[in-house]
Amino acid sequence: MSAETTTPATDNVSLYDVDNPAPVIEPPRARTKKTPKSTRTNFELYGWLFMRLSGVVLVVLVLGHLLIQLVLDGGVSKIGFAFVAGRWASPFWQAWDLIMLWLAMLHGANGLRTVINDYAERPKTRFWLKNLLYAATVFTVLLGTLVIFTFDPNIR
Amino acid sequence: MSTPTLEKSAASAESEAPAHLITVTFRVRRFNPEISDQATWQDFQLEIDPKERVLDGLHKIKWDHDGTLTFRRSCAHGICGSDAMRINGKNRLACKTLIKDINPSKPITVEPIKGLTVLKDLVVDMEPFFQAYRDVMPFLITKGNEPTRERLQSAEDRERFDDTTKCILCAACTSSCPVFWNDGQYFGPAAIVNAHRFIFDSRDEAGEQRLEILNDKDGVWRCRTTFNCTDACPRGIEVTKAIQEVKRALITRRF
Ligand code: HEM
Ligand code: SF4
Ligand code: FES
Repeated sequence: MSAETTTPATDNVSLYDVDNPAPVIEPPRARTKKTPKSTRTNFELYGWLFMRLSGVVLVVLVLGHLLIQLVLDGGVSKIGFAFVAGRWASPFWQAWDLIMLWLAMLHGANGLRTVINDYAERPKTRFWLKNLLYAATVFTVLLGTLVIFTFDPNIR
Repeated sequence: MSTPTLEKSAASAESEAPAHLITVTFRVRRFNPEISDQATWQDFQLEIDPKERVLDGLHKIKWDHDGTLTFRRSCAHGICGSDAMRINGKNRLACKTLIKDINPSKPITVEPIKGLTVLKDLVVDMEPFFQAYRDVMPFLITKGNEPTRERLQSAEDRERFDDTTKCILCAACTSSCPVFWNDGQYFGPAAIVNAHRFIFDSRDEAGEQRLEILNDKDGVWRCRTTFNCTDACPRGIEVTKAIQEVKRALITRRF
């Protein structure tokens, strides 16, 4: 009538008993009286706002970018050095790409920071993942900015 | 005439069960640290009226089949918030979930709520949950002398936070939130709901302080608008909306 076990509950019967119970499994980073420590800044507020504002601008920039690069005028096959050189001759496209680079990188980096905060359990893992993320972001943003400003169409 | 009937009900209760009863399998997540460090599934076959509740099924198991089954319940009527559990993968109150509503033709799974330490079977350590609750100062704070009569409030002012007064602190919302599962430092929906209840109360004077607490890195900004909390709340509180209202109050306060 009852008590049909899928897995025997008596596996480790010799290991644990009333005086020597199994260790309970704590969830990662449970809240205590002392944590979390208050930081009293508006950083997360501004981060949250930035995600939304940059998202709105990115809709235009990224969709426009994809349309120009992949759909109009022969699609991907037209992309080459000459095509890039031609577009970056205009300050308008330079500004477009510069703004898109900065917004997408900061937006993506902040998004990944959230993901790391959510999923990395140990403080050390979080610390290193975030440092890796920040290093990659700074590198990509600086390199991209450098290229946009110093691009030389006559390079050989 | 009476003797055979007696024998029948004792010997073959299964086949002769009254017509309104059905056979339901309860698949319960069992954990007893005094036996094993592993949690296991255990199946129980019950003859039960489908109009009864999951809590009645658990009672049947505990009283008639296996007295070691451990779970919390007090009121049994959806008021005390003791018996939130994960039933068929969704957080619900066992005392408000009718068996007929959750497809009794398949085994009904019953697990402890997630994100809190399981102590035994369906009982979890609620301490981190209540710590977050305490941290938002869920009590009336006022300045000056106490009035000699009630603190009056207009019907509209009362309406402003009516929804969040309904919370029974069952933890169904907080323990359904994926952010809370992974990061117990997050205040969680229930604490924000109970902060909302005072932030938008015209009689309370510490709204600023509570907003400041929820503005911090483990406050409302960790909410990702998953809506799990709203789906889970057995009181039908619009939990996600309450969290968004706190966010909005923080932003309009700043700008
Ligand atoms: C096309 C327009 C875009 C819009 C409207 C947009 C909007 C948003 C918003 C509102 C969030 C916050 C979600 C939350 O807090 O729950 C977010 C998160 C995120 N975004 Fe974007 N975004 C866009 C483009 C991009 C691009 C181009 C990237 C990559 C560079 C990106 C990467 C991310 C990441 C990694 C997250 C965090 C994921 C998460 O929170 O689960 N987004 N986005
Ligand atoms: S808001 Fe709803 S689900 Fe959350 S603790 Fe209160 S009653 Fe339970
Ligand atoms: S037992 Fe009180 S709410 Fe279910």
